[in-house]
Amino acid sequence: MEIIIITTIVITVIGILVGAGLVFTGKKFYVEVDEKEAAVRECLPGNNCGACGYAGCDAMAAAIASGDAPVNGCPVGGTPVAEKIGEIMGISAEAVDRKVAFVKCKGSCEVTKNQGNYIGIKDCRSAMLGGVPVSECDYGCLGFGSCVSVCPQHAIRVIDGVAVVDEDKCVACGLCVKTCPRHLIELVPEKSHVRVQCSNKDKGPQVKKVCQAGCIGCSLCVRQCEFGAVAVDANLAKIDYDKCTQCGKCAAKCPAKVIIPPSPSEKEEN
Amino acid sequence: MKSTFRGGVHPRERKELSEGAALRVFDAKGEMVFPLAQHIGKPAKPVVKRGDAVLVGQLIAEADGFVSANIICSCSGKVKAVEKRRTISGAMLESIVIENDGLYNKKEGMGEKVEEPDLSKEGILAKVKEAGIVGLGGAGFPTAVKLAPRDAAAIKYVIANGAECEPYLTCNDQLMQKYAPEIVEGLEITLKLFPNAVGVIAIERNKPKAIEAMKKAAEGKEKIQVLDLPTKYPQGGERSLIQVVAEVDFPTSKLPADAGCIVDNVGTLYAVQRAVMYNEPLFSHVMTVSGDAVKNPANLIVRDGTSFREIMEECGGLKDGLALKKAICGGPMMGLTLSSLDIPIHKTTNGLLLWAEDPLEKAEIQMTACLHCGRCTTVCPQGLMPQMMAEAAEHGDMERYETKLYGLDCIACGSCTYICPAKRPLTQTFKQVKAEILAAKRAAAAGGKK
Repeated sequence: MEIIIITTIVITVIGILVGAGLVFTGKKFYVEVDEKEAAVRECLPGNNCGACGYAGCDAMAAAIASGDAPVNGCPVGGTPVAEKIGEIMGISAEAVDRKVAFVKCKGSCEVTKNQGNYIGIKDCRSAMLGGVPVSECDYGCLGFGSCVSVCPQHAIRVIDGVAVVDEDKCVACGLCVKTCPRHLIELVPEKSHVRVQCSNKDKGPQVKKVCQAGCIGCSLCVRQCEFGAVAVDANLAKIDYDKCTQCGKCAAKCPAKVIIPPSPSEKEEN
Repeated sequence: MKSTFRGGVHPRERKELSEGAALRVFDAKGEMVFPLAQHIGKPAKPVVKRGDAVLVGQLIAEADGFVSANIICSCSGKVKAVEKRRTISGAMLESIVIENDGLYNKKEGMGEKVEEPDLSKEGILAKVKEAGIVGLGGAGFPTAVKLAPRDAAAIKYVIANGAECEPYLTCNDQLMQKYAPEIVEGLEITLKLFPNAVGVIAIERNKPKAIEAMKKAAEGKEKIQVLDLPTKYPQGGERSLIQVVAEVDFPTSKLPADAGCIVDNVGTLYAVQRAVMYNEPLFSHVMTVSGDAVKNPANLIVRDGTSFREIMEECGGLKDGLALKKAICGGPMMGLTLSSLDIPIHKTTNGLLLWAEDPLEKAEIQMTACLHCGRCTTVCPQGLMPQMMAEAAEHGDMERYETKLYGLDCIACGSCTYICPAKRPLTQTFKQVKAEILAAKRAAAAGGKK
């Protein structure tokens, strides 16, 4: 009987001591957590998929709280989560410019030819090593889909020899941008529909020789633009998305049809 | 010395196609194109401009930086342009284009025997540098840099590489038969740079005539011996030779000089001899034209800048009724597929192989998943595990590839791909991953500097 009493007392005393210790250390070493960050973290789905481009939901929450990431950065949560986070951060989710990946090449199998008969690993990065230029154009899409294989959202498909991004699925994580050995992919604002769909920096005649759909650097677009948004640099038209008003005049005049016109509904709005 | 290196494969040699063809000089008629980057290191800087008249042996682009090499004109005529041209690697690179007048007027004093050659260390190195000599085995590392290691006294062996282990190629075999005394002299000149070194001429046993010729030329020379090696690919790899001769094994992060060895191709040594004794820079080299589709397989002494098409035509073109399916620059194991024949040859181009069929087409259809048979591991001359490296590469695990599997030590010899019963494109995977890792490292280094 005595043993039971002693044991009970000893265990109780140890329990109280350890408990007090825990309370003390908990207060003493308390780490300040940004309330916003914690709140944002609550809203995120928590499956740590990494599709946002950050290490996991914790890292993403920290980035949103500090303003490094957009409030609609979580591709899994989509709009409902973005709205909730927007409330916490005090930003309207709609106000954030959503970016999407865009492949700056229009060289489908119809307009440009393939050269040499490349046999080997079906990957653009490997094809670039092989010594055989796969496409006649030195700048265009190779179509083996390295970008397809790295896209966590399965948003890219190779259609008729050119990679095409499904903008609804794209989360602008930038993995394809890093992967493309020809540096064809760029993150652009989703709203800017007027884009140059070519990356060939050669002079006009050379471009015509290899591709029917390439930018020949004629500068007609530059003259059309009233807002100074288009420039031709190294024989290639480039649009400044901040200045562009989506009027589509450049696209209408482009002889190579390499500038994408704004969609009809938008034109009416403007 | 060991009898052989670890691993290796025995591909069908097919040297009989061009073995009997004696070396002959081929002077091209068409325009000559000299890419500025045909060696390892920084591209050379052009010193001529459009409209300039040039002579054979004239400097047209000078070395830019320490690891770089001069480029010497191989014909006489006028500079047509300095522009981007398609090169062997498939990329468009800045090149000097020369309108060849076909007269081959030489620069004064070139090719004449020097009465009193300067055989001091500085004299030899200066001549080698001036002559734009690069390693003619294939990699094209500037020889002047290779011959000036940090500690010249630590070099124990200078190895003349006459192994020529690549199937089909026979040009070095012919070179050794015809110019054995010159190669030995070139080796002697090189040995003057290294007081404690002995010269070893390494030749595979499938070249008995070359071995005989070299043995005769090296007779009575105390510091030089001829070593006949078993026929096995990649016997001529720098690291394979060092495994045999010096019995050391070392990672790629170290240079052969760290293992006390300097390995030079016999062609390079011949070029050194010509530069030092005859004041003749490097503008021509030997090359084999072979393959099942070519009419007259040949061993040629070709001038740099000649287009592959002209070389093919010199050899009678294709056999009647055959269409060209595949052209390879170099040997079949390590060579690069050419996208077109209108590409100029480099200083280091030692072969042009023409085929009417592409064996890769069949291999691509036959490819299966890895069987884990481990044959690639047994043949790797570097002692790597290709099968595991490929797995790491597929999963994108670069850290494991680099630090656990030592994937950067791959010399891309192609033995694993050759032996693989599942016909997996292992070497190509490793080439790609290596390029990716090295690019990432360069980017990190550049970022650190900023």
